[in-house]
Amino acid sequence: MGLKMIEFHLDGRSGVSPYQQIVQQVRNALRLGLLREGDQLPTVKDVVATLAINPNTVLKAYRELEHEGLVQARPGRGTFVTRTLTDNTLAAHGPLRQDLRRWLAKARKAGLDDESIEALFLTTFRTAAQEDIA
Amino acid sequence: MTAVLQAHGLGKRYGRRWALTDCDLEVPSGHVVGLVGPNGAGKSTLLNLAVGMLSPTTGTVEVLGTAAGTQQAKVGYVAQDTPTYSRLSITDHLKLGARLNPGWDDSLAQQRIQHLGLDPKQRAGKLSGGQRAQLALTLGLAKRPDLLILDEPVAALDPLARREFLQDLMQAVAEQELSVVLSSHLVSDVERACDYLIVLVDSRVQVNGEIDSLLATHFRLTGPRRNAKDLPRDQHVVTESHTDRQSTFLIRTDKPILDPAWNVSQLTLEDLVLAYMGRTAPAQPERPLLEVHR
Repeated sequence: MGLKMIEFHLDGRSGVSPYQQIVQQVRNALRLGLLREGDQLPTVKDVVATLAINPNTVLKAYRELEHEGLVQARPGRGTFVTRTLTDNTLAAHGPLRQDLRRWLAKARKAGLDDESIEALFLTTFRTAAQEDIA
Repeated sequence: MTAVLQAHGLGKRYGRRWALTDCDLEVPSGHVVGLVGPNGAGKSTLLNLAVGMLSPTTGTVEVLGTAAGTQQAKVGYVAQDTPTYSRLSITDHLKLGARLNPGWDDSLAQQRIQHLGLDPKQRAGKLSGGQRAQLALTLGLAKRPDLLILDEPVAALDPLARREFLQDLMQAVAEQELSVVLSSHLVSDVERACDYLIVLVDSRVQVNGEIDSLLATHFRLTGPRRNAKDLPRDQHVVTESHTDRQSTFLIRTDKPILDPAWNVSQLTLEDLVLAYMGRTAPAQPERPLLEVHR
């Protein structure tokens, strides 16, 4: 086995299921360039031995990542990254962050405190996400 | 896929008290099953029936496709409080295991003892609780069973030992093709380690199924006050509570929830388990309910 690239952590209070947390952590690592094409994901055995979670949870997460075309399982060898997520979105981060900062400044000016801003963001985000699904 | 555990109308009575009633189960293989419920709910009774240490008063129970207790070589059982022989050394335990079990995997047993950093000459009585639990797990795994049944394996352990025990158990599941049934009164153990759930309260199975599908079919509805009988027929009410203006329902349904008046939220496994537990025992504060450890 090669270098150990990333390690997973589980947040018991997040309300996000363990398998989704693993999927998100891999996607994040891909986005941030921590994982690159050809890198190996931790083996199922390694993950369950560190996190004390059900092997099926890890398999399910890896299957989803494979379905998304981000990784590929090579029987007997492990699961490898086939695509990165850093490519074109990274360039868009800067301007988006600026927009977000402007929006935050506006929200503060309107008298919203941190909690109200978070609540507003989350509800809008969720509604938009649900509308996308429907 | 054959069922690892199958029960039809299974019941067990001690004197006048029913420890288990009307139990119907069909647990497919390849799962780590969490059997949860408060103390005294009948968890140990169900497990003892499954390994053939008890015989049913009513109904039948099959394990790995044949009557319980007939395939002892294929079923590993770690009883409550992980019993070991306190005067025997670890080596003695492994020798005993090798003599009693036709499929004994001695190299696996030796490797595990070495990995755990235990002295093989040590007597079991001198081991810590966590080490004793690990020894019992070693005996259960080295038997190379198709099904491993563990009764409250981590209840008496401190958080670190509990974590290590579950890590090793999960690693074994990943390596060996092994189905596991473990009982616990801690939702947090079950949440991480298990992918199948059986909730047992007051000697009855309240709900069972794959955890993912249970979570995908249970919802909390909050909204303006409404009566349970006015809900669509495919929405099965688990619990309900009302104020003058508001109603909160916890429902099970396979269908989408279309009514826009409801604020629909997903449940955590803990919410779900507690809902089924609270449903049957509304006013029994003297009884220890399911503990919640995070």
